[in-house]
Amino acid sequence: MSERFEKGVLSRINQSLKEHYGIIHSHPLGRIGFWVVVVFMIVSIFAPWLAPHDPWVMQYDSEGNFASLRSPSWEYPVGTTHLGYDLFSQLILATRTTLLIGAVSGFISILIGANVGLIAGYYGGKIDEILMRLTDILYGMPFLPFIIILIALFGRKLEFVIVAIVLIIWRTSARVIRAQTIAIKQRQFITAAKARGCSNLRIIYRHILPNVLPLLLLYAAFNIAWSIITEASASFLGFGDGNTISWGGMLYELWLSGKTRVAWWWFAAPSLCIVMLVTSLVFVSRAYEEVANPRLRKR
Amino acid sequence: MTSNSLLCVRNLRVGYTTQQGVVHAVSDVSFDVQRNEVFGIAGESGCGKSTLIRALLRLLSNNGTSTASKIEFEGQDVQGLSDSAFRQSILWKRISLVPQSAMNSLNPVYRVGDQVIEAIRAHSKSSRSEARERVEFLFDIVGLQPELMRSYPHEFSGGMRQRAMIAMSLALDPGLIIMDEPTTGLDVLVQERILRRVREIRTEIASSIILITHDIAVIAEMSDRIAVMYGGKIMESAAANDLFDAPYHPYTLGLKNAFPSIRAMNTELISIPGSPPALLGDEPGCLFEPRCPFSNAVCSQDLPSRHYVSDLHEVNCHRHGDVVEMRERAALKSTWHS
Repeated sequence: MSERFEKGVLSRINQSLKEHYGIIHSHPLGRIGFWVVVVFMIVSIFAPWLAPHDPWVMQYDSEGNFASLRSPSWEYPVGTTHLGYDLFSQLILATRTTLLIGAVSGFISILIGANVGLIAGYYGGKIDEILMRLTDILYGMPFLPFIIILIALFGRKLEFVIVAIVLIIWRTSARVIRAQTIAIKQRQFITAAKARGCSNLRIIYRHILPNVLPLLLLYAAFNIAWSIITEASASFLGFGDGNTISWGGMLYELWLSGKTRVAWWWFAAPSLCIVMLVTSLVFVSRAYEEVANPRLRKR
Repeated sequence: MTSNSLLCVRNLRVGYTTQQGVVHAVSDVSFDVQRNEVFGIAGESGCGKSTLIRALLRLLSNNGTSTASKIEFEGQDVQGLSDSAFRQSILWKRISLVPQSAMNSLNPVYRVGDQVIEAIRAHSKSSRSEARERVEFLFDIVGLQPELMRSYPHEFSGGMRQRAMIAMSLALDPGLIIMDEPTTGLDVLVQERILRRVREIRTEIASSIILITHDIAVIAEMSDRIAVMYGGKIMESAAANDLFDAPYHPYTLGLKNAFPSIRAMNTELISIPGSPPALLGDEPGCLFEPRCPFSNAVCSQDLPSRHYVSDLHEVNCHRHGDVVEMRERAALKSTWHS
């Protein structure tokens, strides 16, 4: 029996994965976005093995000269910094930080946003009022002063960057999920589920949640994209974690070095990576958007 | 009659709080449902039929409140139960519902069979495979092939979804099944097939059924006893034959006129002019008085009280004594449209 049950669960997971793959792949831009994200993910997983040099070691080229501010070449594919660090290695290791921050804060923010939205939308009344006023307050909270204070109090740490990003990003998903929950709870099958004696939590998580799932995934992709952008801005302004390197952090180093006008490659590489990853995530979310909102589909 | 009945409701009132004031959607309704009978509740749209059963099942929206002097099911007082106790011990296990527009009552993202399994497993300790067997059995009863368990609701036709909902309502052998407009929106052939199933189910499973519909033909065909509702009140209730052969209430007379009969093909249908009351204020007098061609001075002053013309036939009308004259005049179009 339990074996049969497990098989059922596995085939279900397998089937839903196939379904999601199908959603993304039926959309040409979604397909491109999906594979770009996959490449970045592979890079971030194998980063230490992929990086050709230690990113924090001054490089000397094959002729033994100090490799400071070299433009892209075979030896240093995206050039070097003024201190002779290899930018390509930095870029690869930074992918890890950036994706980690994006995934973690994207996941936490959608978790909070979805639950707040579902609970506020389903229960309505006072609970809705309290939760939605809380989101309104967060809407009034500016990101930069908030993260500056956080870092002034607790120091430059990755965790606080994530906390700050999550706190700013979950609000929009909460509002959207709430609106959709309100629409779905009016549907007949929710009344039918109530008549069947389903508890409120069961109705929320078994009956409403699967119906808002396409929207949820759409906002998960958005949230990840926004987290990456926000992290880059924060790091660029010097509020990132000093011990790890991210794309935004690389731009910050460039700014500090004062070589912005000279080292175009130093500027171009991390910027291109940010734009590519965020655009790809938006493409993936577009594919989900068409499921969430069929009117966007081309006829 | 009270002691032995399956469901006993006394003085049920439901009010909806709106911006215009409290709407008395159901006022002072009392009725009994006996074991193994089909109890029909008839009435036009907005007369409080659905509100009545929503109140019974505690499914009223937030702005609705209900009170009753007594609600007993199988001799047990259900009013004293907390919401969660009611949900766990009564809902679906002992009273199930085939909701209005049952066609939209299936969750689009789950397979039909899984939804029935969920209903079974939520209320009993049966394993998944036991529940699955039960669903196969239920699908067989309502005339759906067991393979259809694996389909999604959108792959079903309206009639199939309706039958799936009926299967779901039978899942735990409830003593009472409430069917709210079970055939609305279906064509006559599908309707006939479903009603035949319902009749078979009743003889096989021996549950009682409360059948709610605005369709007089359906209710006349299916029910043992019928209550006619108007403006949130029961106007007349009687055994099905009595109600149609010897109606006492002017509203029942009017309803009878408004439905076609095969036996009298050439008679013109006569509608009841006017529209149902808003149920907002506490106007004195009979609620049907503004539309009633037989009303007199008393009708607009006093609320009629319940009168038993026989043991099982009650009527809420001041003029029940003049029934012979009313029946004669009610057959004429000029009485209603003058």
